This record gives sequence, C-alpha cells and structure tokens, in this order.
Amino acid sequence: MSKEDESGYLDMDLLRFTTAGSVDDGKSTLIGRLLFDSKNTFEDQMEAVEASSEQRGDENVNLALLTDGLRAEREQGITIDVAYRYFATPKRKFIIADTPGHIQYTRNMVTGASTANLAIILVDARHGVVEQTSRHAFIANLLRIQHVVVAVNKMDLVDYSEDAFGKVVHDFRQFASRLENIVEITFIPISALHGDNVVEKSDNMPWFEGGALLYHLENVYVGSDENHVDARFPVQWVIRPQSDRYHDYRGYAGRVAGGVFKPGDEVLVLPSGFTSHIKSIDTFDGSLEEAFAPQSVTMLLEDEIDISRGDMIVKANNPPHQEQDLEAMVCWFSERPLTPRGKYVLRQTTKEVKALVKEVRYKVNINTLHKIEDDFEFHLNDVGRIALRTSAPLYFDSYRRNRNTGSFILIDEQTNETVAAGMIV
Amino acid sequence: MHSYKLNHVQQLESEAIFVLRETAAQFEKPALLFSGGKDSIVMAHLARKAFHPARLPFPLVHVDTGHNFPETIEYRDRYVEEMGARLVVGLVQKSIDDGKVKEETGINASRNALQTVTLLDTIEEHGFDAALGGGRRDEEKARAKERFFSHRNDFGEWDPKNQRPELWNIFNGRKQHGEHFRVFPLSNWTEMDVWQYILHEDIDLPSLYFAHKRKVFERAGALLADSEFVAVQPGEVVDERVVRFRTIGDATCTGAVESQADTVEKIIEEVAAARQTERGTRADDKRSETAMEDRKKEGYF
Ligand SMILES: Nc1nc2c(ncn2[C@@H]2O[C@H](COP(=O)(O)OP(=O)(O)O)[C@@H](O)[C@H]2O)c(=O)[nH]1
Repeated sequence: MSKEDESGYLDMDLLRFTTAGSVDDGKSTLIGRLLFDSKNTFEDQMEAVEASSEQRGDENVNLALLTDGLRAEREQGITIDVAYRYFATPKRKFIIADTPGHIQYTRNMVTGASTANLAIILVDARHGVVEQTSRHAFIANLLRIQHVVVAVNKMDLVDYSEDAFGKVVHDFRQFASRLENIVEITFIPISALHGDNVVEKSDNMPWFEGGALLYHLENVYVGSDENHVDARFPVQWVIRPQSDRYHDYRGYAGRVAGGVFKPGDEVLVLPSGFTSHIKSIDTFDGSLEEAFAPQSVTMLLEDEIDISRGDMIVKANNPPHQEQDLEAMVCWFSERPLTPRGKYVLRQTTKEVKALVKEVRYKVNINTLHKIEDDFEFHLNDVGRIALRTSAPLYFDSYRRNRNTGSFILIDEQTNETVAAGMIV
Repeated sequence: MHSYKLNHVQQLESEAIFVLRETAAQFEKPALLFSGGKDSIVMAHLARKAFHPARLPFPLVHVDTGHNFPETIEYRDRYVEEMGARLVVGLVQKSIDDGKVKEETGINASRNALQTVTLLDTIEEHGFDAALGGGRRDEEKARAKERFFSHRNDFGEWDPKNQRPELWNIFNGRKQHGEHFRVFPLSNWTEMDVWQYILHEDIDLPSLYFAHKRKVFERAGALLADSEFVAVQPGEVVDERVVRFRTIGDATCTGAVESQADTVEKIIEEVAAARQTERGTRADDKRSETAMEDRKKEGYF
C-alpha cells in the first residue's frame, strides 16, 4: 500500500490499548460503554445482549455481556482469557486487549500488554488504590507501556466526590514514581455505568478539568513507540522464484524491527559477518526509498551472500548485541514450574535456539514490588529475573530500547506450550 | 522532520504479510482456505504480496458444499488461473457419499455444518499442517479470543481454554505429530477495514456482493435466494428484489440484504450506516447464541 488515499479512512492511525482492573471494577461495563456510545455496536448484538440479560434476570441491560465471549465464562460470570475488541472514531481505530482482572491471570495481562501502546487501569472509587492496582501498574511498566490512564470508576457511588478522586491520584502517584518506563499517567474520574466522562464530558463533575476518556484515547501521542534509530531486519523467509523471468532473484523477506533502511546503505549480515549494500527494498507495489518499523518488505543486496531465516540484517555501524548469555525479566505462564537448569526452546524475532536457565536471580512480589531473594521457584504468574545461556548467539537489544528485538518466549520442548514471556535487560 | 508512521490499514497489511510469511516458514505444508468470499480473497491478495515475485508457496483449498451460487465457482476458477495458483477442492458431496456425514433434513437443512468434516478430511488427506483462514475477531463473540496461530488437536478441535498465549509478534507454531494449526492473518481487521482495502487495492470481487435482481423469499428474518437447493414452504412468498450478499457461503443459509449498492464505494457507505453485523444475515449463527463457539470446537473455520 503505497498510494496516497483521499478518503480519510485510510489516514486514521491505530491505537492499541489494554484494560486492567480487579474483578467487578467495571471493566466490561466500560468497554461495553465505549463500544455502545461510540456507536460501534450493532442492532443484532444488542438484541442478543438484551435477550441474555433478561434470561439471567439482570436488572439493567448488562453492557458487560457485549464483551463476554465464551460460554464457560458466561456460566461462571467471569472473563478468563484475553479478548480483542475493535472500534473506530473518525480519528482513530482502536484495538482493545480486554484482559481479565482475576487474581491468577497475570499471564493474560502480560499477553494483552505486550502489544499495547496504552493501558487503562481501573480503580473503584470506593476502594481506592488496592494491591491489585499496583500489580497492574507494575505489569504495564514491565511490558514498557509508556502511557497509562487511571480510570477512577463508580464515581456515582461516591457522590462524584473530588476528594475520593484526589486520594486515588495521590496514592497512585506515590508508588508510580518507581515505575520508570511509564512516561505519562492521566487520571480520569468516570462512571462506566452511567457514561460520565467516558465518551462525553460529564456535568456531574465540574471540578474535573480534563477531557473525557475517549477524547484522551483519540488524542494521546503514541508516535514514538517504535524504535527508528537502530536498524534491525530479522530475515523471515527467502524469496527465490523458480521462474525464468526472475531467475537470479534472491529477496530477503521480513518485517523491519527497528531503525530505517535505505537503498545504498551498508549492511552487516549476522551471523556470517559479511557486509554488503542494499540494492533495493521491494514490495508488491514497487520499490521503496526507505523502510522502517513495522513495515513488511523484501530486501535485495548487492552481493550474493548465503542468508537464511533467523539471520539478521543490520547497519554495519550500529550492530546489536550478539551474545549467548542473557539476563532477562520473565513472567511464567505454565502450571509446571520453571526448573533450575531447565532447558527450553527460545524464540526471539525469527530465530529459534535452545536455552538453559543458568540461574534465578530473584523474583518480584508484584504487590509490594519487593525483591524475593530466598525463593527461586517460578510458578504460574511469577515474575522475576533469570540468567540464560543459549545454544547459539542471539542478536538483540535491551527490551527497553526495542520491544521487537528485546523480547522472547520460552517453549517447553515436550508439550510445545509457551511457558514464559521474556524481556531482555 | 520526517515522521515514520504507517496509517492503520498499512499496519494491518504489514501485520498480515508478516503472519503469512511466518506460516510459510514455520509449517511444512500449509494451505490457504479459499471460499470465494471477500475475506479469503483479501487474504489471497495479501499472500500474493507477501511472496512476490514468487508464486504462493501453498495451494488454495476450497471446501465445496455443492450448494454454490454459480458466480462463486466462476470467480474461483478465474482467480486461480490468473494467480497461477494450485487449487485443491474438498467436496462435501463426497463426504456424504462416503457415509462420513449425513445430509441434514428438514426445511432448514444446510451443508454448513458438514463442511467441517470435509475440511478435516481434506487436511488429513493432503497432510496439511496449517490452514490459513480469513476469520476476523470482530465477526463474532467467540472469535474475539481467537489467536493468530490457533492450535487444533489431532481431532481438529479447538479448545478455547488450551490456547497458547500470543505475545508481541512471536508466534509459536510447534506441534506434535497429527496436530495442526489454523492461522488467521486478518485477525485484527474489521469489516470496514476489509472493504476499504478492497477499494484501495481495486480488488475484483464475485458479482454476488453487488446489488442485483434476484428471486428471494423471507425465512426467520433472513432473505434467502430461491435456488435448486432450498424448498420453498407453503406460505413463503418468492418475489424478485434488488439484493446483495454480505457474506458468501452455502446457498441454503446465506441471507441476502436488500440493497442498491452496486459499487464498492456504495457498499462502504452502506457498511458505515449498517446496524447489523454481517454474520447477522447468516441463519446458521442464529440457531443458538453460542452457535459459533460450538462449531469452532468441532473444527469449523
Ligand atoms: N454504580 C456503578 N456500578 C458500576 C459502574 N461500573 C460498573 N458497575 C457495576 O459493577 C459490576 C461489575 O461490573 P463489570 O463491568 O462486570 O466488572 P468487571 O468484572 O471489571 O468486568 C456490575 O454490576 C456493574 O453494573 C459504575 O460506574 N457505577
């Protein structure tokens, strides 16, 4: 897609956000409200929701049912997995990673947060900042979400009191000062049930000077979330058409993971160490003058070098780390605990290697943010720091510098389950 | 200063191409499920972009219910020839003849549910280990939790509680022998995105999508086409109206909508104003509120 478009629709940008809150803080109601008030629900969906609400004996039409997916959840009345929702306003298209607030599901929040630019953390105005609030903020910070909205919900139940709101702001700021990845925190008092400050600014809280939640979501600047400095191109697939016309064509297909590439640039190919120059950057729609993250392109080089999936093309003057030893923060996803000296499959960009857990450095108590240094067993939902050794060098940057090249997953070789998410320190 | 920014459709395109290439790279024998519907057409278009100038590194698979509108098959054959693609057809009729499934009876008999068996048989017969589908998460509630790489056990079943978490853009396609994956490159697209993309890319669609005159009758709130595959009941009135289809499936259960939209631009206006999700016109989803989830568990697309 290279042509300019006049319609406006294609000019919208994309904001991915995640929502977090404890059970019953009103997350589903809020999302239902955003979808409903921004006119993104359809008649037949509403009909189905009305019918279900009636059958369950709910008093009001239960907007939460709009987003409650699977049958098991409906029966238990809780959300148990990450669900993705879509809505658009004339300004932006939004993807919501709707993650459950249930205690044992840190894993879901980490998953939802991994692709998000912004996190909405819900706080019940009656209860204020609770243990789970700090947990949610910690995870947002860990996954390097730079923009956080603290939505203080159920303001109707505290008489729209400025003091109740002020207390949340104060308490949240207290511990958030330790969360260095969060660039911006915005506090908004809302009532998801009645719609105050969700889509329209509320008359019930004249003391609040900020805009409604949707206004913020439409306008928050998230342009700098990708790294456009360190050029990284993990090779995904080699294109070699078996045809006469393209007899000598050898294209390296992939998605730019960082920085900017231009034809003529001197590049270094890892692991071979050969250098060459970019001959052209191809797409189906023609060649590009430059390619940057997250574009999917095909790169052609001046010299014939043996390159395959898992290799990385970088700028010769700015290579990534190339090491077999790494330090990482991990979140454990499996019922089977991490085994010390355990071996796993590690997948980072397009590369797959074996990895050995050399040492558990510490775990984090994500409620108090304290380090735990006397218990090294990682169970489901545990977060902490480990040292790994890989069977071959990885080409990486720190997660903080580049989410694409600094992230990995661990896979259990027996079950093929994804057992951990890792962020290279 | 220069801003390095992609608009949302460019981001979706880039993501879909990434997923298509991951599929080719991570699996030994992938296939692309091609129904002739707009989502599978957009997916095939993206696949062509992903591997250009080479041909697609996988065949197209069509699960043919035998209850097709002729326009769909014409379109399919023309498309396949133009692309120089390989086509594999799985016939529901064959599954019926082999005694693997029983044709539904009754007035609402449809072959939609039978497709699942034919699809799984086709996958097994050809040894496909990944099937690319055009499913989108915005289509239906059960799909909202679907992964890009959706794991299926060796019976082809989907277990919503046993799906692998998907972090960042790292997809885990490892599997045991006999298991396979469904892969959904369009997961993050909405109906509007698909239409806008069709307009922008000037993608040719089957004529069924555009307003045309057709003999139809009403049943359970849906407009069904009068065809050799459905028996019109006493009391049901067949008349000619100007309609179009919003999805393309089995002729027995895909409902039409009355519409004057005969160009992509007009369809987009209609979609923007629409107050019904597109699946709302499919009688098979209305059978029960969790109909889609039930069928997915059995291995439906
Ligand atoms: N009074 C009031 N009740 C709310 C508000 N938001 C949500 N609720 C109620 O709180 C309960 C839990 O809401 P729900 O959205 O299901 O919470 P979730 O578990 O976070 O998804 C429901 O009974 C809602 O109607 C609000 O702003 N004010």
